[in-house]
Amino acid sequence: MDTIEVSNLNRQFLFRQSHVGQSKAKVAREAVLKFRPHIKITPYHANVKDPDFNVDFFKQFNVVLNGLDNLDARRHVNRLCLAAEVPLVESGTTGFLGQVTVHVKGRTECYECQPKPAPKTYPVCTITSTPSKFVHCIVWAKDLLFAKLFGDKNQENDLNVHSTDAASSSEQAEDAFERRKDEDIEQYGRRIYDHVFGYNIEVALSNEETWKNRNRPRPVYSRDVMLNGLAQQNGNIFGATDDPSSVSAMASLGMKNPQDIWSLMENSRIFLEAFKLFFVKREKEFGNLTFDKDDQLAVEFVTAAANIRASSFGIPLHSLFEAKGIAGNIVHAVATTNAIIAGLIVIEAIKVLQNDTNNYRMTYCLEHPTRKMLLMPVEPFEPNKSCYVCSETPLTLEINTHRAKLRDFAEKIVKAKLGMYFPLIMHGSALLYEVGDDLDEDMVANYAANLEKVLCELPSPITSGTTITVEDLKQELTCNINIKHREEFDEEKEPDGMLLSGWTQSSSVEKDDNKSIDNGGSTSNASQTVPVDSEKNDEMGSVSSGKKRKLSEVPDAAAQDFSSVADSDGSRNHKKLELVDDDDDLLMLDADPGINKKKRLQ
Amino acid sequence: MDGEVLTEQETALYDRQIRVWGVDTQRRLSKAHILVCGMKGTVAEFCKNIVLAGVSSLTLVDDRVATEEAISANFLIPPDENAYGGKTLAELCCDSLKDFNPMVRVSVEKGDISSFGGDFFDNYDVVVASCCSLATKKSINEKCRKLSKHIAFYTVDCRDSCGEIFVDLQHHRYSKKKLDENIKCQLQYPSIEEAISVPWRALPRKVTKLYFAMRVMERFEEVEGRNPGDVLSADLPGILKLKKELCEANSLNESHVPDKLLERLVMGTREFPPVCAIIGGILGQEVIKAISGKGEPLKNFFFFDAMDGKGIIEDISNPESGS
Repeated sequence: MDTIEVSNLNRQFLFRQSHVGQSKAKVAREAVLKFRPHIKITPYHANVKDPDFNVDFFKQFNVVLNGLDNLDARRHVNRLCLAAEVPLVESGTTGFLGQVTVHVKGRTECYECQPKPAPKTYPVCTITSTPSKFVHCIVWAKDLLFAKLFGDKNQENDLNVHSTDAASSSEQAEDAFERRKDEDIEQYGRRIYDHVFGYNIEVALSNEETWKNRNRPRPVYSRDVMLNGLAQQNGNIFGATDDPSSVSAMASLGMKNPQDIWSLMENSRIFLEAFKLFFVKREKEFGNLTFDKDDQLAVEFVTAAANIRASSFGIPLHSLFEAKGIAGNIVHAVATTNAIIAGLIVIEAIKVLQNDTNNYRMTYCLEHPTRKMLLMPVEPFEPNKSCYVCSETPLTLEINTHRAKLRDFAEKIVKAKLGMYFPLIMHGSALLYEVGDDLDEDMVANYAANLEKVLCELPSPITSGTTITVEDLKQELTCNINIKHREEFDEEKEPDGMLLSGWTQSSSVEKDDNKSIDNGGSTSNASQTVPVDSEKNDEMGSVSSGKKRKLSEVPDAAAQDFSSVADSDGSRNHKKLELVDDDDDLLMLDADPGINKKKRLQ
Repeated sequence: MDGEVLTEQETALYDRQIRVWGVDTQRRLSKAHILVCGMKGTVAEFCKNIVLAGVSSLTLVDDRVATEEAISANFLIPPDENAYGGKTLAELCCDSLKDFNPMVRVSVEKGDISSFGGDFFDNYDVVVASCCSLATKKSINEKCRKLSKHIAFYTVDCRDSCGEIFVDLQHHRYSKKKLDENIKCQLQYPSIEEAISVPWRALPRKVTKLYFAMRVMERFEEVEGRNPGDVLSADLPGILKLKKELCEANSLNESHVPDKLLERLVMGTREFPPVCAIIGGILGQEVIKAISGKGEPLKNFFFFDAMDGKGIIEDISNPESGS
């Protein structure tokens, strides 16, 4: 369903500048037909999760090749391929890393046999009160400040939540964000600035407990930071083009280089200028605006806001280029790795088509060689017997059946953990809940009522020892969940009040807390099982403009540390990795035994 | 490095790759001049990658007239005889490659590359030789090495579903990341002549069989005066005989060069497109590393065999000369 963007053109070579904005599926087809005119290619400009692409649809194919960029879609296709019994070749790349994996029902692991980490989330209070990394500042700037100012006013917003004097501060907050009658735009901007970077910090500082073991932030006020000459600096807002997408604070202030790391003062100028430009040029969009990494002004605003906040908290500042990558969950990518992985995908696909079942393999593309190898083939694993997706092993859920409602179960377990979007929830033969278009009113009302009931009070009560069956008809997946009642849950470690086991999904919450905020991104292209040596990432120059900064700042799941596949041990709970290695270990016939002792060259 | 900022156009187009290798590398790429000869499928893939990366210029050498066989694995050339008839491989590829990145100057150089002199090669930072005889490869390599400028020299060839890359960066200084630091390193590369004359029995025991098999093919073509790749199934007995002789001369057990492997290389006259993509991708990455001076380049051979799926680096150099 994607359309072509300029930033695709560095590697998606079937597309040209003139195609920007058009459907990827359609343009790709035309480009391929140019050099292979006789292939039958059918493009679908659509979301693969659409119900149209059901099991019958997938049954038409001998093999499915994925080039998706999010975990949801991959899991969805995995389930459909299992249901349709069609082999799936999965793949992913990030920078210099990549891999290709083959999934055949009954023969190999399915894509979900090894749980994939969900996108990183951050506890709310880290974002609102105690940021320690730049990404926390970005999330604050994007999901709180930007959203509060320009987004849906009715959305719940955690800005200004924490203070010792809740009542008065929230009153103040209401006032603070509303523009006063006849208030000058510059003044309004400075007032907001002072409120979020000054006043809110003072309020946070007043809570001694928070700062006992942490560095105290510094409140920042516009009067201390700003030049008074700002007004004279503003150039072109009246006279420049009216095209909202070309409006830019950087341009207006003559700051050209997105790789520069701006000073606190420069960030403040950008903040105020961007703020002004939004109000002067784009007020119509307010209430509907969401952050978009391709929206230059939004990126400038979020970068500046995040940097000012970072400055308060003693966190290193970042360039617009870097901030955009973090805020936009941008996956770094090059043509070469993609070409290598594409070649490997085709090799596996051909094996599938030739039914060469004994030769399927997973292949990893490494940045640094392991045992002389840049491309490392690995035998596929057998299916994981405790995988609830392909082995249909029952799971166990510990939950307080007197307190938890069916709605909690449906949202936190069925949707969030199991990835089922059109579920049926049953207890024995009793249908407790379902999603569908063709339901009659009575049923809908019945289900709505059920959602609000506590588990043990449902028409067919759910108590300890009960088995709930959850089905997703689209994915043709059935999952049985054995319920175990538990009274107490640790608020910190089990904030949902539920514990699902028999299937390990590694959660990526930094520190467990009551609620979590994520950076809004889905996982990148690269899968989470790419092996890396201890020295990962970034050999070819760091992304930043000279300062050393780890890519671990990026909340991108693919940038996390992985254990080396080649040396895997108990971290895998089943069959040990077997390198495909058929070298005959024959001795060389040689006259001089001394030769073999030569040292390996460095 | 001078303090130029990338243009807005470059920043927008190269955003995703700048996030991989940084602005400095991107700037160096934009000043690099690449020469390539032998426009088959693998080289086509390499050219696509290097043009997308944003080099300054790419010059193509290949006066062979397009035939159905020659373009079978070359995605740059549409399989329409009316379109390709009469044109050379270089011309056809040039037309396509220009489209991939308007900021790169792509051109054709006519003539026999083995007749070009040192001052010709001096125009380039990188030279990639493919579909050339061993003699031609050696000659180009020598000419490049004689120049004071450090030209990065590569050969690349694919046979059947196997591929080989050779790298000669002469004396190469580069930096690489170790934990949080950038450390400076250097490597010393042998010429192709020096590399392939390392006696086989002096090589580490587990050197990939593909290395030896490629040398047998190369030697056969040299002895028989064949054009590169110009080998028929009828030649197989002759090739196996040559293999025996070479193994004996090198005191190498014959099992290091399996007959089955040679058979594949003989019978597989056409390139296999996925292998072209893989080899073209690895070569692209290596050239970018050489131009940028960042990251440890491979030394000095890379092999891929679709049959076992391994992409292996082999260091074929004389133990006495080392970095």
